[in-house]
Amino acid sequence: MFIPIVILAPFMAALLVPFIYRHIPNRNIGWFVIIIPLTLFLIMVSFIPAISKGKTFIHTIKWIDTAGINFTTYLDGLSMIFVLLITGIGALVVLYSIYYLSEREALGRFYAYLLLFMGSMLGVVLSDNLMVLYVFWELTSISSFLLIAFWYHRKKSRYGAQKSLLITVSGGIAMLAGFIMLYVMTNTFSVREIIATISDYTGNSLFVPAMVLVLLGAFTKSAQFPFHIWLPDAMEAPTPVSAYLHSATMVKAGIYIVARFTPVFGGESIWFYAVTCVGIITLFWGSFNAVRQKDLKALLAYSTVSQLGLIMSLLGLGSVAHANDYNVNTILYTQATFAALFHLINHATFKGALFMVVGILDHQLGTRDIRRLGGLMALMPITFTVAMIGSFSMAGLPPFNGFLSKEMFFEAMLFARHFDELSIGALATLIPVIAWIASVFTFVYSMIIVFQTFFGAHQPARLDREAHEAPIGMLVSPIVLVCFVVGIFFFPNVIGKWILQPAMASIYPALEGAPGLVPRIAAWHGFNATLALTVGVVVVGALLYRYLQYWRGIYTASPLNWNLDTLYTNTLAKLGSGSEALTNRYMTGYLKDYFVYIFSFFIVLIGGGLLWLGSFHIDTSKDSVITVNEYIIIFVMMIAACAILFAKARTTAILLNGVLGYSIAFLFVIFRAPDLALTQIIVETVTTTLFLLVFYFLPEWKRESSAVVTKLVNGIISVAVGVVVTVLALAVQGNKMFDSISLYFEDSYNLAGGKNIVNTILGDFRAFDTMLEVVVLFIAGLAVFSIIKLKSRKEEKDVESE
Amino acid sequence: MKVNDVILQTVSKIVVFIILTFGVELFLSGHNNPGGGFIGGLVLSSGFVLLYLVNDMETVHFGIPFDFKKVAAFGVLLAVGTGVGSLLFGSEFLTQTAGHFNLPVFGETELSTVTLFEAGVALTVVGVVVTIILSISEDV
Repeated sequence: MFIPIVILAPFMAALLVPFIYRHIPNRNIGWFVIIIPLTLFLIMVSFIPAISKGKTFIHTIKWIDTAGINFTTYLDGLSMIFVLLITGIGALVVLYSIYYLSEREALGRFYAYLLLFMGSMLGVVLSDNLMVLYVFWELTSISSFLLIAFWYHRKKSRYGAQKSLLITVSGGIAMLAGFIMLYVMTNTFSVREIIATISDYTGNSLFVPAMVLVLLGAFTKSAQFPFHIWLPDAMEAPTPVSAYLHSATMVKAGIYIVARFTPVFGGESIWFYAVTCVGIITLFWGSFNAVRQKDLKALLAYSTVSQLGLIMSLLGLGSVAHANDYNVNTILYTQATFAALFHLINHATFKGALFMVVGILDHQLGTRDIRRLGGLMALMPITFTVAMIGSFSMAGLPPFNGFLSKEMFFEAMLFARHFDELSIGALATLIPVIAWIASVFTFVYSMIIVFQTFFGAHQPARLDREAHEAPIGMLVSPIVLVCFVVGIFFFPNVIGKWILQPAMASIYPALEGAPGLVPRIAAWHGFNATLALTVGVVVVGALLYRYLQYWRGIYTASPLNWNLDTLYTNTLAKLGSGSEALTNRYMTGYLKDYFVYIFSFFIVLIGGGLLWLGSFHIDTSKDSVITVNEYIIIFVMMIAACAILFAKARTTAILLNGVLGYSIAFLFVIFRAPDLALTQIIVETVTTTLFLLVFYFLPEWKRESSAVVTKLVNGIISVAVGVVVTVLALAVQGNKMFDSISLYFEDSYNLAGGKNIVNTILGDFRAFDTMLEVVVLFIAGLAVFSIIKLKSRKEEKDVESE
Repeated sequence: MKVNDVILQTVSKIVVFIILTFGVELFLSGHNNPGGGFIGGLVLSSGFVLLYLVNDMETVHFGIPFDFKKVAAFGVLLAVGTGVGSLLFGSEFLTQTAGHFNLPVFGETELSTVTLFEAGVALTVVGVVVTIILSISEDV
């Protein structure tokens, strides 16, 4: 019962924040917000011993049991890593925001969004049910959208927010389709059950499409090539948001999905190739592009893209362990996954610290353009120290945690050459080479951060504000993070034993407890190939950095100017203009045209369907006898319907229409359906009132003078609609395809405790429909209200301008 | 275009109460007899619409100082809330239950949670219908 509360707590707090903000309308609201992630973090830490012993916590709240959708939470080693990151970094980010954001900002809104994100992200990593996971997944996209557009008066913020939403939500919908395919195959939405039974379905024709669709969702969310273009634009968000969502947590949701689904799809060659290659390309492209950036935050964005690619490629390599039965190499394959998880944690620590450093620079100096920065080491010593530790860790230098995971990364990449599974071939030599080149670029941009910002000449004239050290409140969070950066280097096996070991067990359930699955992480391996690679990275990277101005020209060379962003912008513009042109073609503004569309479609679909299926079987033998009363009512209705055609005044037409409505009510009475009759009468009455109200706005009623051809076509359409409806009604009556379900309702008193069948259907058997109808009705009411109110306000403005 | 229809006003003074009572009766009897939340709500709203038709807006607002948008919102909240409420008791979403109670005036009475759900439906219907009709008529 505990874990659902962990997910719901941030949502509840998000609801409360606006109310509290009314009473504390200053930065102190943050101290209320920070309670949530901090408490959750401490509580989750207390779960670590149990989790590391291999225990898992599962809790189900029944939701729509019949459809297989339940709110099932599942806490295991893999979820644990993410939960700790979300709550831990969340607490630090809130602390940082308290000092970062000015009191003039809409702080209530900011923290509400942030908590909304926190809750949805916890939901993603703790949900076992795919449908629930999907809902939380999209909620993270939406809260990210809201946070990127926090400064919505800026054009670039709105652009970045829209871009991220479009890309991540499209991926999310693809993933939803993938989930549904998984459900169709395995008949369950539970990830655990899918993992347990998936081996029976690998030959299914839906297996590969499901895999590709799930990967699309993961790649878009984790900003993998070519979907990475949204992440640099997402940097328009306030820096705490970038540090939290767009480096430490949300962008890792895709990684989480890939890791979570490794036991499902791992071992398939498509999975291996897709994840590894996309990861490697992203790793290279991100680091290559990071070097050219002038804005420190954009540089960090590309660097995040690159690091996400690194983790992704490692997960791809690690998935090979699922390919074959257990053999000597299986454990060696898993080491790539271990490196991925380890780097996931390390990246969150050093990248979080670096983002906060950039935020401090922006906040203190008013710029984050590296051309205007320089010589800040003496002026901002603490910031400098934090930046240096973070950058050197990112570059893979000792004594920082990045060194350990980078070495393991090289080791895994080198081992890829020995893969004999899945017939890798030439790719095996290419992978380590690209990985090494990417690492060189990583080294170069890490050096750019440190040396171009903190060394060289100080340029006070080009800064908005005088440079001095940030207030201590802003420095606490990055300092805590760099303490982890250094601490993990010296005690890596603490992380390995307590956190990574259970996570490995959830990715490789079959190998749980196998010797070597969780290696001892050591800083010193002796002189070997990986150390040589690291030394090579440092030497070549230092040379490249030294002579940066000589080779920078390649970035402006023509083929590299070809750009995915332009492609995105152009496609979006084309989509807009194209659909506008298409819509203008058929949206004429005439109701009669729309009726022609609707009725023609109806005739084609229903009439065509009837013809195609040949279900004309009309059987009147079981029908009851038509009584005199019914004849009279039908006769009255026919006369009224025909008379409408010849009505001269609008009032007459409406009254005749009313005759139709009330006659139907009478029919219901005769057929002993008092509920329906009552409803029909009242609806008819209210509709007539509405008619009277809108009378005022209607144009004069006059005969239409249209061409004979139009009249003829309209005549044919109306007759055809009548015929189709009649035939359909008779055919439905004559064909019994399914057993009657009325028996079920006749037992309503026992099943639902009510004697009125209609209401037991509405309130119990189909209560879901009723509930959603109520919601729809409400939305429709609000829509009418707002359309009319907005219109009248516009008119007022026109009057003023005249 | 204010019409001062004395006969309609006099009649409606009594008829509105009959309609409203009928609406409540329909709503409550819905469990075992014809009626229910939707019809009850519609009857109630037709009563309110009649009030608005024969009197001017200020008079009605003075007597019934509700914001009908909020009535509708409250109805939606109630309908969805009864669904969520069943989750808190460990049952499936939208599970309804009933029990027999001895009440002072009514004697042995069946009270059920589906009444709350239906109340939500009825309030939403009243709120939405009156909101729509009022906003259209205010648009003149």
